[in-house]
Amino acid sequence: MNKIVLGLLVGALLGAIDGGTAWFTPAVRPAIVGIIIGSTFKGLLAGVAAGIFARKVNSVLLGILFGLAVGFVLAFLVALMQHGYYIDIIVPGSIVGGLVGWATQRYGAPAAATAPAR
Amino acid sequence: MSNFLNDKAVERLRIAEALPEFSGTRYILREFLARGGMGTVYTAEDKTLNRRVAIKILDSSDLHGALEERLLREARVLAKLEHPGIVPVHDAGTLADGRVFYVMKFVEGSRVDQSVASVSSLPERLRLFLRICETVSFAHSRGILHRDLKPANVMVGAFGEVLVMDWGLAKILQSDAPRSSEETIVSTAPHSDTIAVAPATEITSPTQDGMVMGTPGFMSPEQAQGKSSSLDVRTDIFSLGKLLEVMVKPAKNSTAFRIPRVLRAICEKACAENLTDRYGSVSALAADISQYLDGMPVSAHRENLWERTQRFYIRYQAAILLITVYLLMRTLFVFFDRP
Repeated sequence: MNKIVLGLLVGALLGAIDGGTAWFTPAVRPAIVGIIIGSTFKGLLAGVAAGIFARKVNSVLLGILFGLAVGFVLAFLVALMQHGYYIDIIVPGSIVGGLVGWATQRYGAPAAATAPAR
Repeated sequence: MSNFLNDKAVERLRIAEALPEFSGTRYILREFLARGGMGTVYTAEDKTLNRRVAIKILDSSDLHGALEERLLREARVLAKLEHPGIVPVHDAGTLADGRVFYVMKFVEGSRVDQSVASVSSLPERLRLFLRICETVSFAHSRGILHRDLKPANVMVGAFGEVLVMDWGLAKILQSDAPRSSEETIVSTAPHSDTIAVAPATEITSPTQDGMVMGTPGFMSPEQAQGKSSSLDVRTDIFSLGKLLEVMVKPAKNSTAFRIPRVLRAICEKACAENLTDRYGSVSALAADISQYLDGMPVSAHRENLWERTQRFYIRYQAAILLITVYLLMRTLFVFFDRP
């Protein structure tokens, strides 16, 4: 599968699961739907970024590090908007980014080569 | 003469006297490279293209033409095998004194066993071996057996290119030409550890049972027994297995790595005494090596549950660690966020 599409799908799925884990925090349970939607969107963005990175750099380690960094930045922005739960949002968000980075490097197919112009 | 000249001078004169005469050709002989059973290899300069080449020349003029035919057949085998892993033949001809020669690319590099000694990474060594497999597999697809695969016959170039050399003992299984279906070229290897023992009638084209051709330690049992008629691709697979053993062997006093059990099983399957117990094709052997490199199960080794778990962990190490940390963090948050 194309690296960007794969990043998009894995990012969305892991983002949704990550958002869903907010259910275990009773204080935010009433806002669970909004959290899942926001987390899925965050996963989508991280996935696309990791996919684009994977097309340019072929290294599992660098892919994971890039995913962790992107996840960290996005989660930090979300936590800023929430004015709280910094660790609860940033740590899992970064790990989700790392996982997406790993998946795009490991399973993403390289872009198909274009035929030379005649 | 020895009263006036010392032994070294006499030897030099002998060598100079034995040098083939290349006047009238486009080549200028440079230096001696190696000597084989019936031919000698020299480096030379191609005047027309201004490049260095290697020339294999018949040692002496051949009255019956049989040796000539062998050397030319070796050149034809090489010419038939156009592949990046096989030394290309540029030219062939006859010198004024009647000796036959052929011209090939001059390869600069080192023997594969010497080359891997400086490679500490096992996967890198295996990837090198896979390139040898590709070349041999290509030759098999053209109906040609090498029959003398060993470290001395595999060169690694300065840029990591792998070349399978010395097709002097090659056997054509399926010939395009209308001649015998089992042509053989015997005893042209430039390395002294190669043996070619055969009856006086060995010169004939078809391979005959009773001929022993190959290198001890690398030739298959059926080769050692002279069972020429039963030779097939699995003969080369045996030699490849022996070559693999050499290539994965850690350097003396090195603790860089130990040969993994799975890899030992692959070597054992390739080097099985019984033909039917070996891999059926070089691509099957290469597939097992690739599977091993990818952390997947191999056909040569039936793994137990513990080995399977270990392999699974190694394969998905990064993801397992990330998921574990994630779950651990989430669990901690659940407990610490409780009112």
